[in-house]
Amino acid sequence: MLYIPGNNPAMLQQGGVYGADSLLLDLEDAVAINQKDAARILVKHLITNINYYDSEVCVRINHLSTPFGKADLEAIVPLQPHAIRYPKTETAKELLELIDMIEEIENRHNLAHNKMEIHAMIETAMGVQNVFEIAGCHIRVGAITIGGQDLTADMNIIYTPDGAGIDFARKRIVMAAKAHHIDVIDTVFVDINDEEGLRRETEYSKKIGFTGKAVINPRQIDIIHEVYNPTEDEIRRAYRIVKEFYKNKEAGIGVFAIDGKMIDAPIVTRAQYVLELAGVSVGE
Amino acid sequence: MKNSLGKEIPEYIEGIGKLEPFQGAWTKLSKGWMDEATIPAPNKAKMAHQSKICESLRVAIEKSNPKDGMTITFHHHLRNGDIILAQSMMILHEMGIKDITLAASSLNDCHDSILPLLKDKTITGIWASGIRGELGKAISRGVLEKPVIIHSHGGRVRAIHTGRIRPDLTIIAASAADIEGNATGSHGKSAFGSIGYAVIDARYSKQVIVVTDNLVPYPCIPLSITQNFVDYVVVVDSIGDASKIATGTTRITNSPIDLKIAKIAADVIEHSGLFKNGFSFQVGAGGASLAVAKFVREKMKKHEIKGSFMLGGITSYCVDMLNEGLFETLFDVQSFDAAVSNSLLNDRRHIEIPAALYANPYNCGCMTNKLDIVVLGALEIDTDFNVNVITGSDGNIRGASGGHSDTASGAELTVVVCPSFRSRIPIIKDKVHTIVTPGETVHVLVTERGVCVNPKFKHLEENLKNCGFKVMDILDLKKELDGITGVAKEIEFEDKIVGLVEYRDGTIIDVIKQLKV
Repeated sequence: MLYIPGNNPAMLQQGGVYGADSLLLDLEDAVAINQKDAARILVKHLITNINYYDSEVCVRINHLSTPFGKADLEAIVPLQPHAIRYPKTETAKELLELIDMIEEIENRHNLAHNKMEIHAMIETAMGVQNVFEIAGCHIRVGAITIGGQDLTADMNIIYTPDGAGIDFARKRIVMAAKAHHIDVIDTVFVDINDEEGLRRETEYSKKIGFTGKAVINPRQIDIIHEVYNPTEDEIRRAYRIVKEFYKNKEAGIGVFAIDGKMIDAPIVTRAQYVLELAGVSVGE
Repeated sequence: MKNSLGKEIPEYIEGIGKLEPFQGAWTKLSKGWMDEATIPAPNKAKMAHQSKICESLRVAIEKSNPKDGMTITFHHHLRNGDIILAQSMMILHEMGIKDITLAASSLNDCHDSILPLLKDKTITGIWASGIRGELGKAISRGVLEKPVIIHSHGGRVRAIHTGRIRPDLTIIAASAADIEGNATGSHGKSAFGSIGYAVIDARYSKQVIVVTDNLVPYPCIPLSITQNFVDYVVVVDSIGDASKIATGTTRITNSPIDLKIAKIAADVIEHSGLFKNGFSFQVGAGGASLAVAKFVREKMKKHEIKGSFMLGGITSYCVDMLNEGLFETLFDVQSFDAAVSNSLLNDRRHIEIPAALYANPYNCGCMTNKLDIVVLGALEIDTDFNVNVITGSDGNIRGASGGHSDTASGAELTVVVCPSFRSRIPIIKDKVHTIVTPGETVHVLVTERGVCVNPKFKHLEENLKNCGFKVMDILDLKKELDGITGVAKEIEFEDKIVGLVEYRDGTIIDVIKQLKV
């Protein structure tokens, strides 16, 4: 997920060319206070006029406690991007209030309530504590994300490259997302010149269960794809597992072995997920 | 008269002579010979043990007996670090010489200081492969009565052979030289690498001055320029600043757009059918071009491919690839950073070549003819794939033909890389302002928004499509870009021609008209 400041026309119009899975057009922290209106107007026009190719478009609005949040909603909701991301979510209650406001705007524009997702950003200690309720509070919550910089600020600690200070939060947020079967996106890696550091952190994110990672520079996209996309060997193995699964299923066998290793339902599910990521289908 | 690209070309221009319209990239070459006669090199003699050393550049220039109407030539190997051209021209100015034709292999921003000499008619004619900075702007606004002539690197050699450029005086800056004028750019405090563009000048100029800030004991090795062509030798404190050769052009870009373009271009190369053991390769310096080398390098390692040679402007990046065993040889006509000099001096696989061997179309085969793949930049490209690398979107002369048309003509695969927009101006036009390289020699355009294949090369389009590339029609891409920015207002020009763009075979491919201001 590529962050793009909402007041940067050049970056906004080029956003779709980098192959990011999703774009986050940011009206919040990346935009200075005196640029909020300009960013909102710019994003509104670009969403409707620019081809973002295969990238999903999300818009991060300002929090409703600011003077800008409501105006952001009024401008963006009628455009129905893929998702609206809500910053600094601390309770399920405030997210439900947001969704009420969104659906009221949708009603006024005769829009269905099932198209645009809501993504909640967890970037405070209170948000981390309440993340299970937040993730499961409404069917429209399609993803939760962790905002590392704001969270460390809220915790009054310094963000370190090893991520020690937010490790608990990361794992808690992942677990909440998994419990509700929604996506969970890791925070940005801020040193854009440290490719190895980015790779290490992304590998860790993947290992603990994140389904994606936010980026602040398009140069970071390829590394994240390299880490998250299954390797050729993983795809081959997954293909073999699923193929064998179908063969055994016909024979009424639920558990079988490949190269001496037991294959049961969870492993098949995992293999099916790998093939889905790779865009490979296996005929039954 | 119209040339084959539909451009109106005058038949004759006073002070330049009869012009021949461009008739196709290979129409003249396919005859197998050049119609124009070559001129003899000047006959000279020197007494044994006669000293060539002059106490100053001024003394050497005075000894060369400069006259009104003369032609003077320089190389541009020091690029933006050169100070000798400006110093020499100021000396001629102070001597009251007028009506000079300046035939530098290229003019850069560092030559802005000679602009007053164009205004006071010290300089009345210019031949160059590129013109930038204030000179370009002033010429675009009609500062000279006669049009400048833009040639390619190979075309310049042809122009000197045929006497279109007749150098009366050549001043060669060298980072090392001996008392007889044997000279090189490959060592010394101002080392700039290859001196390949100056070789033809030394051979044909009536008077040759070598200027160095590093006089070495006889003989100066390697003999890049040889003493038998040199009349005078001058030792100065400095020939320029070699650190300004590169000015950022040899660093791999951080620009996400350039990197994206480069990655796609490298993928195109990988699936072109030419990416195999023994392939030859040329990339430009800077921007997306050099970044293509980065991705090609990774692919060569991954697929264990070993190339034959890299050609042309050589960067330290090329040297790294040579040292990693990815290529057998570097043929270096121009070094794009001073760091290359050490390799040129010490590695026998890194070979200095003259411009004639590099790209002159009229000989038994220049090296650009052996190129498999070249990656080139563009200021603009049109829907017929004609490329402009000389005039900017504001109509000012601000670029260089360089080896663009030479390499495009020779390569099996010419890949043009450029961003879809520069500032807010789309780079794809219905018609480019100025054609330097004809579309018939360009195979693929790669931008960050997609790959467009010249419809003349159907097989390539099929190859790429079969490999999963989303190939776009250039008309569709143009429509998409125009849809984002709107169509730019046409630049307005006067009728006066301020520049002629010569194709490598000597025909005129386009004219540049004076900007209306």
